[in-house]
Amino acid sequence: MAHARQRRGERGLARWAGQLVFPALALVVMVVAVSLGSVSVPLGQTVEALWRAATGQPQPDRMIASIIVSTRLPRVICAALIGAGLSVGGAAMQGLLKNPLADGSTLGVSGGAALGAVVAIAFGLTLPGLPFGSVMVMAMVFAFLSLVIIMGLAYRLDNSLSTNTIILLGVIFSMFVSSIVSLLITFSDDKIHSITFWLMGSLAGANLNQALALAGVLAVGATAIVACGRELNAFAVGEDNARQVGIDVRRIKVVVLVSVSALIGVCVAVGGSIAFVGLVTPHMVRLLVGPNHRRLLPASLFGGAAFLMLADLVARTVLSPRELPIGVVTSFIGAIFFLTIFWRARKGV
Amino acid sequence: MSELLSVRDLTVSYGDLTIVDRVSFSLSAGEWLMVVGPNGAGKSTIVSAISGGAPHRGRVSVLGRSLTSYKPSALARVMGVLAQRHNVGYAFTVEEVVRLGRYCHRRGVFAGSTSQDEAAIERAVAMTGLEPIWRQSVLTLSGGELQRTFLAQLFAQDPQALILDEPTNHLDLAYQEQVFDLISQWLKEPGRAVLSVVHDLSLARAYGSSALLLDRGRSVGSGPVSDTLSRQRLSQVYEMDVYAWMERMLSQWQEVVTL
Repeated sequence: MAHARQRRGERGLARWAGQLVFPALALVVMVVAVSLGSVSVPLGQTVEALWRAATGQPQPDRMIASIIVSTRLPRVICAALIGAGLSVGGAAMQGLLKNPLADGSTLGVSGGAALGAVVAIAFGLTLPGLPFGSVMVMAMVFAFLSLVIIMGLAYRLDNSLSTNTIILLGVIFSMFVSSIVSLLITFSDDKIHSITFWLMGSLAGANLNQALALAGVLAVGATAIVACGRELNAFAVGEDNARQVGIDVRRIKVVVLVSVSALIGVCVAVGGSIAFVGLVTPHMVRLLVGPNHRRLLPASLFGGAAFLMLADLVARTVLSPRELPIGVVTSFIGAIFFLTIFWRARKGV
Repeated sequence: MSELLSVRDLTVSYGDLTIVDRVSFSLSAGEWLMVVGPNGAGKSTIVSAISGGAPHRGRVSVLGRSLTSYKPSALARVMGVLAQRHNVGYAFTVEEVVRLGRYCHRRGVFAGSTSQDEAAIERAVAMTGLEPIWRQSVLTLSGGELQRTFLAQLFAQDPQALILDEPTNHLDLAYQEQVFDLISQWLKEPGRAVLSVVHDLSLARAYGSSALLLDRGRSVGSGPVSDTLSRQRLSQVYEMDVYAWMERMLSQWQEVVTL
């Protein structure tokens, strides 16, 4: 047993070192994403411009500094934060529901959040002092209500929360919600442009204030989720098992669901409906670090950031000067992934 | 205090349908109580009521305190439950599943494992013989290995009472013997008790010290195994001569021996 424990220690060390791979990857992708675009800046110059901006030194080339720091950096940071939020939220849902296909988009939570945001835009709801605040708050509230409705129905229909039940309910709910969104669009002639622009899911208008809002929600929501790693492991083994080992099942569900709704809500409010990120990243990360949420959740956070920065880079460069909506890129990759996971689960490969 | 669990007038009903009707029993240290009865007698429902799942009426107390007054982790330190079947969704290792058993003993959100945790896990692994498959994914295990893994989780949890719902229902004979022997070995430590639902009347007689016989949600008898599972009572509840049946089954093997 002593020998086994030593082996265990070494493996543990290697696994924790593996944790550093994802933050490092996210950092590298960030620098690359900031340097590439309609005007490509050499990596060395990009790093220098970022360093000078961070330390408050004067910039030698103001044009390049303006492109890197003022134009691209806010957008890339928003992409990173949205990717991180959606991925850690997806990983948490997949553990809580013991279902590898659970995600904001497959469950219909993103659709619900979008409805909340559209209601806020269509009826011109505003919070005093925060022009964009009402869209965010409404998206978060509607995300939470959607989760409560979907989970409530799922538990009543099928207590084991099987994949079929969850996915079917998600599809039905998404369709229902999108019909209401269409209805709202039909009756809001003057707001139609801002609604459709927002629904396309683009980060073109991302700014530093949005990045700050994302960072704030992410700091609270992701911390709450990461702190539930042990409990989510038990849920991923089975909800009954979680109860049997002494977990306060109800409390953990509330903590995780509120955090996930807040994350999805704020991400959808800033970036529109960006589908499948919460499905693809945790799945890829799980292949590398295993199903243990104490490693999976932090790794998904950084892996998701890297994934969405790359997706955004593809969206704005592949058909340059034309820009693709980022949701198109993630849905394209995500749909193929979704099919692969579903196929393998069904065929037992 | 030797009485670990006391149940008075436990009633479970869904709408107009009463599944368990005013059942009372108690479980004391050193006792292995077998809950026995035909299909639909309410055996598993009793287990899910006392393990916190199903809504119920009546009084259930654990170590003299009402069940509902316990925090989940405090309850898990007194009472551990083993489910009938396990269906794990992800490729967790045997180690990860067994370690979850220590959850109710942890001190803080980010607290690491203590030497007490390690000792309890090592004991559980030694008892269940999981060392060779310690690093294996639970998705690759046989039914018997999976049941041993969750039994090790339960041993690591180190409760005073085990609640088992048909622990060997779908397992081969060799695994049945293994699991029941493991549990009787666990029971030898003072202050411990076991309650198990069993389908197999021979297992109930072989391992149980006392029994609770149920028929359509009602208690028909309780007390020492041999008195409770008497020929007359069993014939009544199972609507057949159980003793004659068991003798007929055994005679199949006696013929083999004499040949």
